[in-house]
Amino acid sequence: MKGNEVIGEAAVYAGCRYFFGYPITPQSELVAYMAKRLPEVGGCFLQAESEISAINMVYGAASAGVRVMTSSSSPGFSLKQEGISYLAGAELPAVIVNIARGGPGLGNIQPSQADYFQVTKGGGHGDYYTPVLAPSSLQEIVSLTREAFRIADEYRTPVILLGDGMLGQMMEPVEFEDEKPLPKVREKKWATTGTKGDGPPKTITSLDLNDTQLEIRNNTLQQKYAAIKEKEVRVDEYLLDDAAYAIVAYGTVARIARTAIDRARKKGIAVGLIRPVSLWPFPATIISEYSSVLKAILTVEMSAGQMIEDVRLAVEGKAPVFFYGRTGGVIPTVDEILQQIDRLTEEVAI
Amino acid sequence: MVEELIIAGFGGQGVMSMGQLLAYGAMEEGKHVSWLPSYGPEQRGGTANVSVVISPQAVGSPVIDFPTSAIVLNTPSFERFAPLVRSGGKMFIQSDLVDCTTQREDIHCYSIPASSIAEKLGNQRVAGTVLLGAFIEKTGILSKGSLTAALNQVFGEKKKHLLPLNIAALEAGQRYICDF
Repeated sequence: MKGNEVIGEAAVYAGCRYFFGYPITPQSELVAYMAKRLPEVGGCFLQAESEISAINMVYGAASAGVRVMTSSSSPGFSLKQEGISYLAGAELPAVIVNIARGGPGLGNIQPSQADYFQVTKGGGHGDYYTPVLAPSSLQEIVSLTREAFRIADEYRTPVILLGDGMLGQMMEPVEFEDEKPLPKVREKKWATTGTKGDGPPKTITSLDLNDTQLEIRNNTLQQKYAAIKEKEVRVDEYLLDDAAYAIVAYGTVARIARTAIDRARKKGIAVGLIRPVSLWPFPATIISEYSSVLKAILTVEMSAGQMIEDVRLAVEGKAPVFFYGRTGGVIPTVDEILQQIDRLTEEVAI
Repeated sequence: MVEELIIAGFGGQGVMSMGQLLAYGAMEEGKHVSWLPSYGPEQRGGTANVSVVISPQAVGSPVIDFPTSAIVLNTPSFERFAPLVRSGGKMFIQSDLVDCTTQREDIHCYSIPASSIAEKLGNQRVAGTVLLGAFIEKTGILSKGSLTAALNQVFGEKKKHLLPLNIAALEAGQRYICDF
């Protein structure tokens, strides 16, 4: 299966029955997969007339208490930002997929990680965050899609699943059986499913014209984000026990870095990998702890340097942080990263 | 042993499908495998390539900078990948379409007239399968049995009739390369 199709099947496996989308390369296979798959399981697929329409259909379905998903790629994802802000404000659970491509603007259709700022710092207007999960293999897509729906339901928040064109287009073997299915959607007492004349009407809105009330709402959101920061940090560590150096990389770049690390180890360089799996909340504590024992850190991204800002905040100057990035859809190679590892050891030796 | 293979040619020559067959074959043998298409605004007649990594351990980078093997189906692909094949690696050339040989002495080069061989079997379109037969014979990375199982899976009930011809093509490729 292609990565995009794996996201679709994993969503179905996690109990998602509603999908509203609009095609854009390199994620269109996901839309096509859902169009075919959802009717088979009694769900509903609808191709909207635009990304903006799709995200607002998600708002409607989420208000009715069902598991719902939409997906896009960078330029299309930008169009969804207003809707995501509304979802966050109205505290609605939903999963939004971004299979990112080269930008800015219309850019191209090759893989990129240049949407990091947009997905981890809110993206739309207002004081909000969305949890962001970044799988690096097709098997991990299965577990993280499930997690995305769990977090969305548990905290009543939109959750972003971030991949790139490489992850969406590649094929790898996957197992669904190993993954525990997510429990059925519990009754959501807040959902607007009709009171049948019993009790007061329920409303879901992000509008609050009273400033004091809106501040209370904001405080509630901030408390929720604090709880997510405490409980939902995910990170993968590779060969760090004896490491003098570490690479910080996520998603597909982390895999390329892992191969480079294996080769560097053969040359006797003690280097390991810190792979943030949740990009928000960012694994700052773990990076901070390692930075006090590491000689240097190298951040590798398919961007001009975005995650590195979070890495530097976590490191707080305890170790030098270097950067290597490729942009515009160019993928860093194992050899390039290996050269950067060599540079790291030389710079620190001086 | 980790096999890092790039298959390259014109769009429409079946480059992606050849990679897919190997990926399914590797799955059949319980090996780790990744399949990564060159991805851009591709079209029929344009150049296309696919990277297939077959490994006993989990695949790290699905992107290959220096392949252990390359199968090239057109001249531009030959020119692009001949310098990149790792020292000691193998290069399989569709010699009906590519009239080149490499000056490199540190790699093994096999010229295979895959279209001619396929034509003798009755259908030029199985040239890709001939090349795959040669590839598995020389590298030993997958067995004919698992590739046959992969073909079976890809064709399904609908295209079952294509299976005997493709198995014959695999075998023809294997036989041809034995003489090198």
